[in-house]
Amino acid sequence: MMETIFSNFALIIGTTLMYSTPLIYTSLGGVLAENSGVINIGLEGMMIIGAFAGATLGYFVGNPWIAFIGAGVAGGIYGLLHAVACVSFGANQVVSGIAINFLGIGVALFLSRMFFEGATMTKSIPLDFKMPRPLNGVFPDGSFLNIILDNQYATVYVALIFVLLIWFFLYKTKYGLRLRSVGEHPTAADTLGINVIRIRYFAVIMSGVMAGFGGAAMSLAIVSNFRPTLISGHGFIALAAMIFGKWKPQGALLACLLFGGSQGLAVFLGQFNFEISSQLISMLPYVITIVVLIGFVGKSAAPAADGIPYEKEHKY
Amino acid sequence: MFKKIIAIFVIVLFVMSIFSCGQVKKESSIKIAMVTDVGGINDQSFNQSAWEGLKRAEKELSIGVGYLESSQDADYAPNMETLLDAGNDLIWGIGFKMGDTIKEKAMANPDQQYAIIDYAYGDETPINVVGVVFKEQEPSFLVGYIAGKMTKANKVGFVGGMKFPLIEKFEYGFKAGVKLANPDAEIFSQYADSFTDAAKGKAIANQMYENGADIVYHAAGGVGDGVIEAAKEQDKFAIGVDRDQNSLAPEHVITSAMKRVDNAIFNVAQLLVKGEFPGGTTVVYGLKEGGVGIAPTSYKLVPADILEEVAELKAKVISGEIVVPYTPDTYAEWLK
Repeated sequence: MMETIFSNFALIIGTTLMYSTPLIYTSLGGVLAENSGVINIGLEGMMIIGAFAGATLGYFVGNPWIAFIGAGVAGGIYGLLHAVACVSFGANQVVSGIAINFLGIGVALFLSRMFFEGATMTKSIPLDFKMPRPLNGVFPDGSFLNIILDNQYATVYVALIFVLLIWFFLYKTKYGLRLRSVGEHPTAADTLGINVIRIRYFAVIMSGVMAGFGGAAMSLAIVSNFRPTLISGHGFIALAAMIFGKWKPQGALLACLLFGGSQGLAVFLGQFNFEISSQLISMLPYVITIVVLIGFVGKSAAPAADGIPYEKEHKY
Repeated sequence: MFKKIIAIFVIVLFVMSIFSCGQVKKESSIKIAMVTDVGGINDQSFNQSAWEGLKRAEKELSIGVGYLESSQDADYAPNMETLLDAGNDLIWGIGFKMGDTIKEKAMANPDQQYAIIDYAYGDETPINVVGVVFKEQEPSFLVGYIAGKMTKANKVGFVGGMKFPLIEKFEYGFKAGVKLANPDAEIFSQYADSFTDAAKGKAIANQMYENGADIVYHAAGGVGDGVIEAAKEQDKFAIGVDRDQNSLAPEHVITSAMKRVDNAIFNVAQLLVKGEFPGGTTVVYGLKEGGVGIAPTSYKLVPADILEEVAELKAKVISGEIVVPYTPDTYAEWLK
């Protein structure tokens, strides 16, 4: 009895880690962009192009790390597009983000048909050429840690490292301070000699890179191929997690883990044939998110200049 | 002035691009065309299969065929309208999502013939419409039998997309097959409430494998990618659906329950050419009609003696000796 409780608990934790990973990357991308003052609603599209680039490179090149970095580059190119529209031309950031989302799925499908004989699904990558599973087979079969970590891919650990890195960057380095100051009060930052435009470009491109990683964490680890429905709403959930986490990397991490954890709980509860419909159980993650959001998180304030294009002559 | 010229140019470009996203050939007297759903013509699933059926009809029945792709649900109606104007004899809607659109168009254009895959209007079928549905329970029954024979743990699993009658046909057909092959087998069954969330499919399959199952069957679209991935990681078996999914994991997908949309489309085309278009009815394709079946690659991983038994079983289903259950009630009756 104790054993089954333990193994079920381990399964839930395993699902939590697996489920949260793509969201963590992507919401970190959101953190970077929005702390510099640019709303990035295009995370979904950037994830899609990242997932596609990752699966395609993974299939043709056969090296998961090259594929992973390629996915980041693809996301970064989309970030650049967003930056050109929003930072250089002062376009409405929400509209540009929505355009990026359409462009994400459109370009992914177009390229998929080009590379895979007209198919909208990329070909499956064999297990050996996917992301490595560093702790596969390290712990004895059936043990608590084995159930959690046996099939976790390197992307999971890399995501946690990125949370640390971005936290350190934002709060412990002068560049991070500059980035945040640009998001809070660009005019003041500008008068102090900070190049607002350059910092925002950097933040938005990096945001795309992170979202691209998020997509690849899906297509190179959780599954091994891309299909048009692979990323359906993950970018928006990551966006919500970022807001939920008060625009901070550590907050975003917790929000993603909470979402993944409640998803794991829903899967766990779904195995018992309760007399309540499975749809209700499947709502659990969303219900828990809303309840925690209203009850425990408290007021969260966006960076003051979030969403406002910066023009030198503009009076704030 | 310059801006205006650019604007006009852009508008012309857009309009052209709308017209260029399909091909409608004009050849012989009878013409059939189809509207794909959002999957597009090369989705390696229904739409592709349907188009293969039409192409076969073009060759063997020498008729004219064509298709239009839909990139979003809102495209269905305008695409139908375009095909209507092109003077097609029969217009296909591929997928249950087009159910309402087809009915609406059929009412508005009583002289035009329509047909739809995966949708049954029952008694309310307009006289110029044919609904085509499949007996999904029959191939599910056969793969269930294979699973029941091949399981070493005496535990198998089923992952469904969403719980509604269409997917329940898969579930109960599968369960009946497992129980016939192996009355002691335990069957886990769980729904993902999604057709796209691959990570959830993987989590559910992981849980089933952890609980001792060694074969999991899925009827869950994109969620199934996660199921097959879990089988790959844990070196267990999975069973695919709709098309031959062996290519996704050649060592781990033992068989697939296939839906032969191409055969159904060809069949209806044949009837149309003969002048026997079954308007106003719902046509059901099962094993007997060649509308469903198991994957041709099954021989790779399934032992030959089991496949022989499956062939016998198939003959019994075709002859009507076995009626495969497809709802909770018929399944309960079957168990007796």
